[in-house]
Amino acid sequence: MREFHLYMAQRLSALVMAPFVLVHLGLIIYAIQGGLSAAEILGRTQGSVFWFLFYGMFVVAVSIHAALGLRTILGEWAGLRGRALDATAAVIGLGLFAMGAHAVYAVTAGGPA
Amino acid sequence: MTEETTIKVRVQRGTADDTPRFDRFEVPAHDSQTVLDVVSWIQQHADPGLTYRFACRVGMCGSCAMMVNGVPRWTCRTHVRKVLGDAAEIEIRPLRNLPVIKDLAADLDPFFDKWVAAEGRHHPTRTRHDPIAPVDPGSAERAQASAGIECINCAVCYAACDTVTGNPDYLGPAALQRAWTLFNDAKEADRDAILDAVTGPGGCTSCHSMGSCTAYCPNDLDPMSAIAGLKRAAARRYFRKAG
Repeated sequence: MREFHLYMAQRLSALVMAPFVLVHLGLIIYAIQGGLSAAEILGRTQGSVFWFLFYGMFVVAVSIHAALGLRTILGEWAGLRGRALDATAAVIGLGLFAMGAHAVYAVTAGGPA
Repeated sequence: MTEETTIKVRVQRGTADDTPRFDRFEVPAHDSQTVLDVVSWIQQHADPGLTYRFACRVGMCGSCAMMVNGVPRWTCRTHVRKVLGDAAEIEIRPLRNLPVIKDLAADLDPFFDKWVAAEGRHHPTRTRHDPIAPVDPGSAERAQASAGIECINCAVCYAACDTVTGNPDYLGPAALQRAWTLFNDAKEADRDAILDAVTGPGGCTSCHSMGSCTAYCPNDLDPMSAIAGLKRAAARRYFRKAG
């Protein structure tokens, strides 16, 4: 049953990610119109609860989805099994979350009050 | 007098303990000749020590499957002309993804052990003393079950499956399709036991839907869709329990 929880977590995180990916791609195209600057990006994101929640949830979904996907690949291609496989996937997931959370915090915290 | 034409054949030899080697044979060509005919000719006329497995010769028993030019096939129903094409020779090896016993005979124990592990056995709703339960042949569940019951256990799908290659714990297409036919059987009493058995490590969620099982099944069955059915059934149960 535990294996199936992980399967559902990967499917549901994909479901969550789908609209995030589309908005993110749209935002990239919008943001580069007329050049790209750190000031422009930070002006949009700093102090924004919306972008904090948007990219915060995006990062959580990515961490779960990518770690479970790589867990499958590591099992099939690298022959990892059992606790070694689970521990490696957990480190990947936590690492992605730490890097993502750091980035989200860096661009949304502070700024104009 | 016409010159007798021959077929060049490369056959894998050796046991599980040996490094596989190939022996070459020239086999007289005939019309309507099957790959099994070629293997039998070698064993009867060239090398009596060649080990292989067959029984019915008419595509019912599922015992003669081998790798023919890299493709898993039921050799008794595979014509030489079909596999030879423009190739100079036929290469015959034991089924992929299974241990070798000797030469062309693969050890099918792991394959059948997984049928048991996938709970591929009937859990009856009645005893032998009860009247026989009616089965509605027109129901959607029966159609799903009927689509998979012509499996002859030849292990062609198991040999074709790259997920089995990558994950030795994976139950494989045939066992999971068997579980799906039982799951849809009106006389099946324990569907939860089936879903429990097929949702563990190596269960239906390991399938990447690459479709080699469906592409190579000699009986034109569709194990990939059966596995997708198990995934859907397990997901429905998951939400039912959560809700």
